[in-house]
Amino acid sequence: MTTPLPDGPVLPIELHSVRLALGGQTLIHDVDCSIVDRGVTAVMGPNGAGKSLLLRLMHGLLQPDAGELRWNGAPLDRNVRLRQAMIFQRPVLLRRTVRANLEFVVRARPSGGSPDLGALLQRVGLETKATQQARRLSGGEQQRLAMARAMALAPAVLLMDEPTASLDPASIAMIESLIADETAAGTKVIIVTHDLGQARRVANDVLFMHRGRITEHTDARQFFAGPASQPARDYVAGRLVM
Amino acid sequence: MQDLAASFSVAFSLVLSGNADLIEIVGLSLRVSVSAVVIACGLGLPLGAALAVSRFPGHGAVLVAVNALMGLPPVVVGLLVYVTLSSSGPLGWLQLLYTPTAMIVAQTVLITPIVIALSREILSQLHEEYDEQFRSLCLPAHRAIAALLWDARFNLLTVALAGFGRAVAEVGAIIIVGGNINHLTRMMTTAIALETSKGELALALALGIVLLLIALAVNAGVMALRGGASRYASA
Repeated sequence: MTTPLPDGPVLPIELHSVRLALGGQTLIHDVDCSIVDRGVTAVMGPNGAGKSLLLRLMHGLLQPDAGELRWNGAPLDRNVRLRQAMIFQRPVLLRRTVRANLEFVVRARPSGGSPDLGALLQRVGLETKATQQARRLSGGEQQRLAMARAMALAPAVLLMDEPTASLDPASIAMIESLIADETAAGTKVIIVTHDLGQARRVANDVLFMHRGRITEHTDARQFFAGPASQPARDYVAGRLVM
Repeated sequence: MQDLAASFSVAFSLVLSGNADLIEIVGLSLRVSVSAVVIACGLGLPLGAALAVSRFPGHGAVLVAVNALMGLPPVVVGLLVYVTLSSSGPLGWLQLLYTPTAMIVAQTVLITPIVIALSREILSQLHEEYDEQFRSLCLPAHRAIAALLWDARFNLLTVALAGFGRAVAEVGAIIIVGGNINHLTRMMTTAIALETSKGELALALALGIVLLLIALAVNAGVMALRGGASRYASA
């Protein structure tokens, strides 16, 4: 059995018959998929499809009731999880300064090395706000700080749960630019998004979910040119997905 | 009425002139209560944090017990500490009875459950907010607890002040284990009780004035810290 640590490849990410039930209701139904390509995988689907749950399963925040997840053949253990970072839709920032938030994660995960925090803040456009209280930043700035915090961990895989929801166009553009930089540096990005334009801009492949099942997983261009499943066709066309 | 007015007059003059007995009693009271608060926080804050972040069989029962202990009658605490520290008790060999240390022990026993329960309440809310992020970082429990304690420091200071308020105003436990011995274990509250029973209202009122001023200062401190905490908490 291979162990993808400390520096080995993490792909492919494989889900075998993964099932998740919460509150007595099955929300993820025996999902099988294999994410093999580098770049950005967009997880799309209507509300309640199970996208965020799938991301949390991949990150190990939730444990499947059945099935297994494997990262380059290795089980999703602490070693694998230490090579991931996750950005949540609503960033959770500590009640500290911007810089202290970065220092906290660097100390929390020394395996990430000693990144130049000043340069990192500059990359996300927060260099002048290093000493400000993080929770007093605007929504866009908070999400950029969350992005910087994730980048400080130098993850092999970056999981993003609707990171640009309710952000203004400039903040969205900056986040997408940072995603491009990260993927160029070799980081695999898996992003949940409802923004079709964003998915077209950043995604290499699309994983479409509906009612807790993956209905298709295909190349992004192919997906937007002609989705194979009816729910995906309705979704792309802006129709109510039944 | 004239006697009362005269007593108030003498009381104010005692406070303003810095009467030596008054200063000694106030000093001892502050020393004992501050020591008890420091020890109670040292024990209670980590325990409160541990209860906030952990789940184990019997967790609910522990919370019920801690909350119940918040309402411990001081005389019962005094009695228990007395029995423990008396010469026939398990810690009698320490010979702490009727010393300031015994009063610190009694006040610590009295306020530690308050510190645990109130800090758990505050830290549970913060933990709920941070939990997913901490699990995402694979943060070990001790680091999560340290981060919670640091980020909630302003709110936790209000817990310490609440504990101090309870300790400094307490009389039942310390009179049992301290004995209210002049120049040794006489505290503000025990002195007030004694002087009032003797009909010596001037010193009792002077001490009452100081106690009220301390209560005011503590409440002002709590309000100021809450303001500071809300500034840090604003999202």
